[in-house]
Amino acid sequence: MPFRKKDEKIVHPYIPNSVPEVKAKMLQEIGVKDIEELYESIPENLRFKGQLNLPEPLLSEHALRSHVEKILSKNTTCKETISFLGGGCWQHYVPAVCDEINQRSEFLTAYAGEPYEDHGRFQALFEYASLMAELLDMDVVNVPTYDWCQAASTSLRMAGRITGRKEALIIDTISPERLSAMKNYCRPVMTLQMINHRSQTGLMDVDDLESKTSSNTACIYFENPSYLGFIETQGKAISNIAHENGALIVVGADPTSLGVISPPSNYGADIACGDIQGLGIHMNYGGGLGGFIATRDEKEFVMEYPFRLFGITKTSVEGEYGFADVAYERTSFAKREEGKEFVGTMAALWGITAGVYLSLMGPKGMRELGRTIMQKSQYAMKKLSEIKGLKVPVFRSPHFKEFVVDFTDTGMTVESINKFLLENDIFGGKDISSEFPQLGNCALYCVTEIHTKGDIDKLAQTLSLCSQ
Amino acid sequence: MKAERNPKPRNFHQAKWDEPVIFELSRRGERGVLVPEIESEIEECVGDGTSILPENMRRKVPPGLPEISQMKVLKHYLHLSQQCLGADLNVDIGQGTCTMKYSPKINRLLAVSPKVTELHPFQDESTVQGALEIMYRLDLFLREISGMDRFTFQPGGGSSAILAMVSIIQAYHDFNKENQRDEVLTTIFSHPSDAAAAAVKGYKVVTLYPNEDGYVDIEALKKAISPRTAALLITNPEDTGIFNPQIAEFTRIAREVGALCGYDQANANGILGVTRAREAGFDMCFFNLHKTFSSPHGCGGPATGALGVREELKDFLPVPIVEFDGEKYFLNYDLSNTIGKVRGFYGVFPAILNAYAWIMSLGSAGLKEVANVAVLNNNYILKKVKEIRGASAPYAAGKHRIEQVRYSWQKLTEETGITTEDVTYRMADFGFHLWSSHHPFIVPQPFTIEPTESYSKDEIDEYIAGLKKVVEEAYSEPEKIKAAPHSSVVHKIDQSTLDDPEKWAITWRAYLRKHKKDA
Amino acid sequence: MGNHLEGLSKKAQKGCVKLKRLGLIINPIAGMGGRVGLKGTDGPDILEKAKSLGAKPWAPDRARDALRKLESLKDTIEIVAYPRTMGEEISIKCGFNPQVIGAISETTTASDTKRAAQDMRREEVDLLLFAGGDGTARDIYDAVGCSMVVLGIPAGVKIYSAVFASSPTRAGELAGLYVEGKVGEVIEAEVMDINEDDYREGALSAKLHGYLKIPFEITHIQTSKAGSSPNEKYSQEAIALDIVENMSDDFHYIIGPGTTTKAIMQRLNLDSSLLGVDLVYRKKLVRKDLNESKLLEQIRAKRTKLIVTPIGGQGYVFGRGNQQISPQVIEQVGKDNIIIVATKHKIDSLEGRPLLIDTGDEATDNLLRGYLKIITGYRESIIYKCV
Repeated sequence: MPFRKKDEKIVHPYIPNSVPEVKAKMLQEIGVKDIEELYESIPENLRFKGQLNLPEPLLSEHALRSHVEKILSKNTTCKETISFLGGGCWQHYVPAVCDEINQRSEFLTAYAGEPYEDHGRFQALFEYASLMAELLDMDVVNVPTYDWCQAASTSLRMAGRITGRKEALIIDTISPERLSAMKNYCRPVMTLQMINHRSQTGLMDVDDLESKTSSNTACIYFENPSYLGFIETQGKAISNIAHENGALIVVGADPTSLGVISPPSNYGADIACGDIQGLGIHMNYGGGLGGFIATRDEKEFVMEYPFRLFGITKTSVEGEYGFADVAYERTSFAKREEGKEFVGTMAALWGITAGVYLSLMGPKGMRELGRTIMQKSQYAMKKLSEIKGLKVPVFRSPHFKEFVVDFTDTGMTVESINKFLLENDIFGGKDISSEFPQLGNCALYCVTEIHTKGDIDKLAQTLSLCSQ
Repeated sequence: MKAERNPKPRNFHQAKWDEPVIFELSRRGERGVLVPEIESEIEECVGDGTSILPENMRRKVPPGLPEISQMKVLKHYLHLSQQCLGADLNVDIGQGTCTMKYSPKINRLLAVSPKVTELHPFQDESTVQGALEIMYRLDLFLREISGMDRFTFQPGGGSSAILAMVSIIQAYHDFNKENQRDEVLTTIFSHPSDAAAAAVKGYKVVTLYPNEDGYVDIEALKKAISPRTAALLITNPEDTGIFNPQIAEFTRIAREVGALCGYDQANANGILGVTRAREAGFDMCFFNLHKTFSSPHGCGGPATGALGVREELKDFLPVPIVEFDGEKYFLNYDLSNTIGKVRGFYGVFPAILNAYAWIMSLGSAGLKEVANVAVLNNNYILKKVKEIRGASAPYAAGKHRIEQVRYSWQKLTEETGITTEDVTYRMADFGFHLWSSHHPFIVPQPFTIEPTESYSKDEIDEYIAGLKKVVEEAYSEPEKIKAAPHSSVVHKIDQSTLDDPEKWAITWRAYLRKHKKDA
Repeated sequence: MGNHLEGLSKKAQKGCVKLKRLGLIINPIAGMGGRVGLKGTDGPDILEKAKSLGAKPWAPDRARDALRKLESLKDTIEIVAYPRTMGEEISIKCGFNPQVIGAISETTTASDTKRAAQDMRREEVDLLLFAGGDGTARDIYDAVGCSMVVLGIPAGVKIYSAVFASSPTRAGELAGLYVEGKVGEVIEAEVMDINEDDYREGALSAKLHGYLKIPFEITHIQTSKAGSSPNEKYSQEAIALDIVENMSDDFHYIIGPGTTTKAIMQRLNLDSSLLGVDLVYRKKLVRKDLNESKLLEQIRAKRTKLIVTPIGGQGYVFGRGNQQISPQVIEQVGKDNIIIVATKHKIDSLEGRPLLIDTGDEATDNLLRGYLKIITGYRESIIYKCV
């Protein structure tokens, strides 16, 4: 099929057997006249007539590259500005070795081979799980799923299967994206009920929790730090309520905080979940997500993971490590169940990357990261609180990385403030006024280890100009 | 004295580093990378930052992460990557259904540009017009390729797209107050996720088995279909590479009872520009951008399941979708019956970019050529494999297939005792993968080969030579195969501990706890 | 992995790193009739006739094919065999050094097979391999029932029981995998009782005789992209729940023979007959082990549903093992009230072959044939061809 109107037939670099002589030889060996014969099973009335209406191809790599780069140049990145955006995707520093490894051809283009010829992939992911296990202080971690939304949703369903119950209690300061995903995923098998928070501190209203927990409750879910940035400090009390009622505790945690903050297992969590994007993975416009689920090493939990779990084992040669899937066979259908969800292509390469990150950081690095983030975000909160009209932070609680700023008293909408900031090359915090209308004109600000004092000072200066 | 050069298959030996587990490389005090230092003014202002944490929330015991210097970490992971056989490195036609085609490096280069990696999803739309434009344009391309009216890239993979399809189906019937619909129909050769996702959403699942020709008979469908059917989810061609010629009749029958039809187009590579979802009567379809559309597989993601629907179902799509008002691109959250979210944000942008660039490089004639050559390659292999002793291609005898074939080693197994599993492990000694099938094994001792359009005839011949060699050995020295692999990264793995709760070790710390005493 | 060995092999339990012990029983006369056009060799008269027609022993060769597959394990397994033609000779021919137990006379009979099985059990062999046909399987069952794990090397004319491997070589391989601990599951499989006199005269009457425990082969290939399949017991319990949840108070339920159908009775905590037909109404047992006439009497003028499961290695839904469910019963129940249940393992074992129907009445068979719905799990069913 000619690519151009001229007589010359271009063989596309991606299609080697497009060479006419090779094609002919292969057709001859098959014993057909042309490729059309090979499609005989597709009925005539289902055949697409003519050509697909797509743009003319950019055959030379140069033309393709220019074309795409031109479109991409219309983007303004967080590197070219100062960004204070967070809310489920964060701008952390990505060590060069992380990119070096996840751009290796072998890892980039491997897929579903055996634990022999793809041994490296299995070991890299086993190590990722093991490193996360240390961070989370739990013995079982899955090969990554899509993102936090999926990890949280599956955690709820796992809790449902383990307890045989149908209701999940969810803190109402949860990220709206996660809540939406959980609702869709749980419907119609499990129901979700919201638990109130206390408006002063943001923390869970434990009395409300107690009144809503029953023998119907499969689990209680909260996030730490919260989507709104404050740290939930009542973990033990919440866990007690859950466990006394035979329910499980599911905590959505931020791994970047776990160098300084207690991991959920230490305050009673049965299932921990969250996102690994902050561990050496670029934001990628929201494409750098990976979800983890972690539990104790008990078979009641392990058998409920729908995702892959890699185990380490021996081989026929002494001293060699082998890796393979742990596959616990279900032997007894004791409770009413709907099956074990599904597994598919998810976020393995990001998992390997997070493993590299944690290997580079080590315990000291994670501690320094956590501390630096806390210092810088506290500095930002302090500077912003000095600005007239701003209430910062909205919640009277310790925070990690993110915090809510109330702009109501400025008389301006967050939208207009962010517009002003944009004109000054600053991406202001996410506008959460419509997500949490009870908070008023609020924005969610995120400060990480990459923000300099200068960045924060510039934000403060610009905002004070704005609020005048 | 002339040594034979370029033997087929190669005298391959995989890199074998006997690499320790990362924790074993730890040396107290070593550092891999240092965190940005805190400015002294900040420290003076707020102190050490962590003292505001209440006692009970402070991490007391540091995480047991290893301490390793930077070059050592790099070396370790490079060793692991060498012990992994990516498509870039081998004739990766043995991973049937995975569509292991060439992932062009130019696309990778574009995807790691800061103009991609340093974008935050909540940035003002005016700052991401480039990203939105690419998403929108890919939407348009896939509409044309499938005949559907609107695409979303939110699902993070094929299985997630299936879940989104089932969610839309559920929302659609709820909206029309058709609550009696509690069954979803699928086939045994479709991906297990078709059944599994339906079960997640509470549906009863009816699985149709094939007839002697290898595809589902219309009579089987008629037996299963009823006013209680919510949807038919089907792959076509199925994993056997056989196109169901009655597919339009299938969708018609489903439509007649008011059921929706969802098309799992994981196997689209052989039919681009040849036949479309729309004309076959489907209401929705999805493509794996990491299969047909060349985005790299990444060891198992990140990926994208691009989901397309007809106009009538547009309002049920997950939000947001990308729209264009004539001047600028924007994110539209305003879909009246949206199922909400299936994944955070809008999709895996690097995968979307890969797919976009790939299509731009090929154009419509190129896409057709991709399909044609994939089918050519597949039928060439079909001919060659059928000539191999002990191999067969069940179903559709004498007919051609589309882009892949499910073969069987049953004869080989009966005559030599060598199973498909055995062959797989020996193929690793030549630098090849070979995949069997999803469970259950309807075809006994199955193996599935999908060449795609990316590999040359010489490379395909090399792979066939590999199969032939293994078969030769099966009939003459089967013990060699039983002890395989010999020149791979490790030797025969002992799987016996992996389903025993007392023995399995899913993390290093669990391994130390359970097995250190045996070490 | 170890729970199915509990109670069976005290030696393994004690953790002795010892040789695995494989019991071997050959029925030397199995299959002799078939070669000369006779069906089966029950009884000395038929045997004499077969010999006079020039029939030679066949089972030993089949056993040899199986043992050949175990040659590589010579150093790790020990064969425990019965004397001479019942196992000893072939073992030695294949290069093994068997432990020989028991005593037999010149001509062997069913009671020798039974005694051999009991002796093997006393010896606590890890697996009992036997070469023969349905008759041999029946004898093994009569002797030891489900108290040990066995596997049949097919050496009969036509075999209906599901306790045999697909070929002698496969039997050898599966036995090897099993004693190496590489087989994940043990299931119960049907032993069929074929009335050979009827069979010889062209009629066929096959009854379900019992169940033996056999290793079930699961491939160890990485199911990289999807999870593993449920095991037999899990599937049966899931099916039972599905059935019970949908039971109506307006119907009587006939529960046919088989372990999968009896799981329903277990779910309801009712007494039942594994090999027979039971009747249930409003989740209570009406009567168990009914014959055809009693069954017809009970269901006359009552709305009834019939629950059956395929029986035997051939996959018969009707006609082998549940003849109490006659064409008249089926007519009384009505085609739309028939519920077929089967585990995924059962369906998988057919390897794509259709299920079979042979009620004895052509018209009834034709009514039932075609694509049928089969319940395979909780809220899970398949559409499968039955001919």
